[in-house]
Amino acid sequence: MNARIGYIAHNTFREAVRDRVLYNLIAFALLISAAAILVGQISIDVERLVVINLGLTAVSLFGIVIAIFIGIGLVSKEIEKRTLYTVLSRPVRRWEFIVGKFCGLAGTLVVNTFFMAIGVFGSLVYVAHKFSRPDAWILVALYFIVLEFLIICSLSLLFSSFSSPLLSAVFAFSLFAIGSFANDLRGFARLTHGVARWFAIGSAYLVPNFSALNVVNVVAHQKPIAGQLILENTLYALLYTVGALSGAVLIFERRNLK
Amino acid sequence: MRSRRTTIFATVTLVLSMTVSVFLLRNIDRMRTDNTDEDVLYIDSPKLIRKASLGFDGLMACIYWTRAVQYFGARHFVRAQTYNELAPLLEITTALDPNLVPAYEFGASFLAPAPPEGAGEPKRAVQLMEYGIAHNPDNWRLYYNLGFVYYTELKDYKHASEIFERGSHTPNAHPAMKVLAARMAENGGDVTTARILWSATYQSSEDSYIRQNASAHLRAIQIDEDVTNLQNIVTTFANQNGRPPTSMWELAAAEHWTDVPADPGGVPYTLSLDGHVLVANPDDFPFITKGTPPGYEQGRPKFDKKAN
Repeated sequence: MNARIGYIAHNTFREAVRDRVLYNLIAFALLISAAAILVGQISIDVERLVVINLGLTAVSLFGIVIAIFIGIGLVSKEIEKRTLYTVLSRPVRRWEFIVGKFCGLAGTLVVNTFFMAIGVFGSLVYVAHKFSRPDAWILVALYFIVLEFLIICSLSLLFSSFSSPLLSAVFAFSLFAIGSFANDLRGFARLTHGVARWFAIGSAYLVPNFSALNVVNVVAHQKPIAGQLILENTLYALLYTVGALSGAVLIFERRNLK
Repeated sequence: MRSRRTTIFATVTLVLSMTVSVFLLRNIDRMRTDNTDEDVLYIDSPKLIRKASLGFDGLMACIYWTRAVQYFGARHFVRAQTYNELAPLLEITTALDPNLVPAYEFGASFLAPAPPEGAGEPKRAVQLMEYGIAHNPDNWRLYYNLGFVYYTELKDYKHASEIFERGSHTPNAHPAMKVLAARMAENGGDVTTARILWSATYQSSEDSYIRQNASAHLRAIQIDEDVTNLQNIVTTFANQNGRPPTSMWELAAAEHWTDVPADPGGVPYTLSLDGHVLVANPDDFPFITKGTPPGYEQGRPKFDKKAN
């Protein structure tokens, strides 16, 4: 990674962590993790399950909200404040700007996830009084959640490279929802014929498959995650992220900023 | 000065309006008690709920399971005769997460018993457990609970025996499963079988409610057996002497016992004037079927969560 990308990433990270909304969202996610203890107590025999399910769901959903809301503003804010012109007037290429912004946001989300994960593990220790060996799989679920964030970050950047912040948020949220139904889209494709079938198959493979990255309930039941799934999910997420970032770079390179 | 007056006025108005609104709402709630207690399940399709959960179906299952527990608890508390939403709530829960074993174990014990102790739907309890076994075939406790429903609620000892037999082949199955399978086939309704069943429940569960329930049933079995035996002795005494014994002390003396027989709580059994053996404090022993005075109505069993 060249130094210019590093500087942009560092500044993006600094700018993001100054945002008070970010802290509110993290605090809210931690609050939900703590509330999981109470929910477990009004149920029967599912305290541990509730803590893991609710905690990891909070980490995932709040992270996605953070990724989208910060991601959509990364390019548009720079244009609005006219700081982009200052950056690009220096020897910084447009693709470096996009990649730097992405790295900064990804770093912010990794740090956020770390703090939210401490909340989840804290609640788990409170409920179970100790960690057991299968609890290590929660780390895999958290890793998959971070992979989801990378995809969402790149998509937010892609949309914000050609659209307004509001529309970018709508597109990113919609794609997250559709991506959660990716397996259903494939099922739908099997039921259709002709052009509709190819369209459905194409859509199913085009949208990010978030359902493949969701192993929250599996780890909640202390079931192991196959090493091959970890490897393939990692490759899939990285390839998809690189693809979306490439799209963002292509559009941003051609965008008329005058 | 004007600004301060506005602040005071706004504060007083805020406190007053909020206080009055709370009282009003309480009044409205009192008027509309029937409406708030209605069974309401807005979405009863597990498929739809699964889709709406955006992949977080494990969390939704926990939420629906909690709803089922709360629904059952609220209805059970008022000794309701209907539990219309219980089965759909349990079906949604298990469809969302087929590996949520507590929903099958406890769900069946909510569904199967007759009202007001349960929903009085043993057949749906069987369906729920069969669904659970299909998705968790190696969990011996599910076979055990299904056999239990066949035994206690449906009195279908043949099916109970088959289920215990199937369950006995699962990994780490409790040794009592094989014994129960054999006994159900031969002596389904006898006391020894019931004792084995409840002893296995007590030994195999870590849940304090289940252990206390099993312990209460074991004590009840002991009392029913004691009262039957004592009643036979009283009858023999009456046949020999032309009258029943006047007290347990007289019976103990006649039988050369060193002490009067006592219930599992250590309190001596008593005799009624017409020679019936009675438990001194029947309220301490839920589930007893013998040794209670005529017209006695059993209260709800009380279990302490901390006690074990």
